[in-house]
Amino acid sequence: MRALLLRDLRLAMRAGGGFGLGLCFFLILTVLVPFGIGPDRAGLAPVAPGILWVGALLACLLSLDRIFALDHEDGSLDLLATSPLPLEGVVAIKALAHWLTTGLPLVIAAPVFGLLLQLPLAAMPWLVLSLLLGTPALSVLGAFGAALTVGLRRGGLLMSALVLPLYIPTLIFGAEITRRGAEGAPVAAPIALIAGITLAAAALIPFAAAAALRINLR
Amino acid sequence: MIELGKYAGAVIGAYGVSLALLGGLIWHSLAANARARRDLERQERNG
Amino acid sequence: MSIWEYANPAKFMRTTGAMLPWLVPAAVVATVVGVVWGFLTPDDYRQGSTVKIMYMHVPAAMMAINIWVMMLVASLIWIIRRHHVSALAARAAAPVGAVMTLIALATGAIWGQPMWGTWWEWDPRLTSFLILFLFYVGYVALWSAIEDPDSAADLTGVLCLVGSVFALLSRYAVLFWNQGLHQGASLSVASGERMSAVYRYPLYLAMLGFAALSLALILIRTRTEIRRRRLAALQARELRS
Repeated sequence: MRALLLRDLRLAMRAGGGFGLGLCFFLILTVLVPFGIGPDRAGLAPVAPGILWVGALLACLLSLDRIFALDHEDGSLDLLATSPLPLEGVVAIKALAHWLTTGLPLVIAAPVFGLLLQLPLAAMPWLVLSLLLGTPALSVLGAFGAALTVGLRRGGLLMSALVLPLYIPTLIFGAEITRRGAEGAPVAAPIALIAGITLAAAALIPFAAAAALRINLR
Repeated sequence: MIELGKYAGAVIGAYGVSLALLGGLIWHSLAANARARRDLERQERNG
Repeated sequence: MSIWEYANPAKFMRTTGAMLPWLVPAAVVATVVGVVWGFLTPDDYRQGSTVKIMYMHVPAAMMAINIWVMMLVASLIWIIRRHHVSALAARAAAPVGAVMTLIALATGAIWGQPMWGTWWEWDPRLTSFLILFLFYVGYVALWSAIEDPDSAADLTGVLCLVGSVFALLSRYAVLFWNQGLHQGASLSVASGERMSAVYRYPLYLAMLGFAALSLALILIRTRTEIRRRRLAALQARELRS
C-alpha cells in the first residue's frame, strides 16, 4: 500500500501536474476575481471565503481524471484489480495521493490567496481549518466520480456533472466556517458537520468507488 | 370566465409552463414507445 | 404467486398492457378534474388568485421526490436481485422525475414573483429542488453515456445510492445555510394551521392525478425500454447467425 502511494505521488510529481498546476489554477482564479468584481476591500472581503472554496472545488475537479484514467489506459488498473490488495484500499490510497498533491498544497497556500482577496486576518485560521477538514472529502468523492466514468473516452464533462452536486454539502459547511469565523460567530457546529462528512465519505465512498471500478473493468 | 385579478399573468404563465412541460414529456414518451413498437414489429416480421 | 413474477419482462408487458387502458383515463380524469376544480376555488385573502398555482406546484413537487425514492428502490432491487425490468424502470422514471422537478421549480419561481417580489430566492426548499434537479440530470447523463446496458444499470444504480445520501445531506446542509421564505408543508398533519377544505380536496385530487399520471408515464417508458432491449437482442442474434 505504501508502495502504491509512493508510486502515485512520484508519478504526479514527474508529470508536472500535482503541486504545480492545481496551485497555479488557484492563483489565476484569485487574480481574476478582483478583475471581475472590482478591487475595493469592501467588495472583496465578503465574497473571499466563497471564492476560495469554489476555487478549491474547481482545482480539485480539474485533476480528478488523473486518478484512474492514466492507469486505465496503460492497463495497470487491471493489475491493481487482480492484485491481493483490496480494490477499496487501492481507491482509498489513490484518493489520499490525490489529496496530498492537490488538497494539501491548497490548504497550505490558502492564507496567501486569502490575503490577496482581502480576507480578514481573524478568518485566516478558520479558512485553513475548513479546507483541511473539507478537501479530503473532495478527493474521495472525486475518486468515486472518476471510478464511475473511467471507461468513457470523453468522460470529463460528465464527471463534473456527477461530482459537483456531491460537493454541495462540503462547500456549504466549509464556506460557512470561514464566514462565521470572519464575523466571530460560533463555528463549532459547521466544523463538526464538515468533519463528519469527511470521515463518513472516507469510510464509505471507497466501497462505492471500488464497486464502480469493478463494473467498469468487467 | 373566472376573474383572476391582478395576478392573471402569473397564474396563466405557471399553468402554461407546467402544461407545456407535461405535454412535452407525454408526447416524448408516447412517440418513443410507438417508435420502439414499430421497430420491434418490423424486426420480428423479418427475422 | 410472488411479486417477483412481475420482474419477468413478458409478464410485465402483459400486465401493464392490460393495466394501461384503465390507468391512463383514470390519471387524465383525476388530473383534469382536480386542476379544474382547483381553478374554480375562491381566491385566498392574502395570496389572491396565485393560490391556484398550488394545484400544479404541490403535486409536481411531491412527485419529484417520490419518483427519486422509487428510482432508489428500483436500483436497490436491480443491484440485489438482478431483475432487468427494475433497472429499466429506474431509467424510465428519471426523465419523468426531472420534468416534475422542473415544473415545481418553474411554478415556484412564477409564484414567488408576485408573493415574495423576486423570481428566484435562494430559499432552502427552492435550492434543494434545484440540487435534486442536478442529480436527476447527472443520472440521466450517466445512463446515456455508457453503451453496455448492464454496466450502465450497475453504475447508475451505484450513483443513485450515493446520490440519494448526498441529496438528503444537501437538503439539511441547505437548511443550515439559509432559513427561507417558503412556507412550511401545507398538508402536514402535525402543523396546527391547516388549509381549509375548499382548497384541500381539489389538491388531494390533483395529487392523486399527478401520481397516476407519473405511474402511467413510467410504465409506458419502461415498456419502451423493454422493447428497445428486445430489439437490440434480436439484432445482435441476427448479426451473429
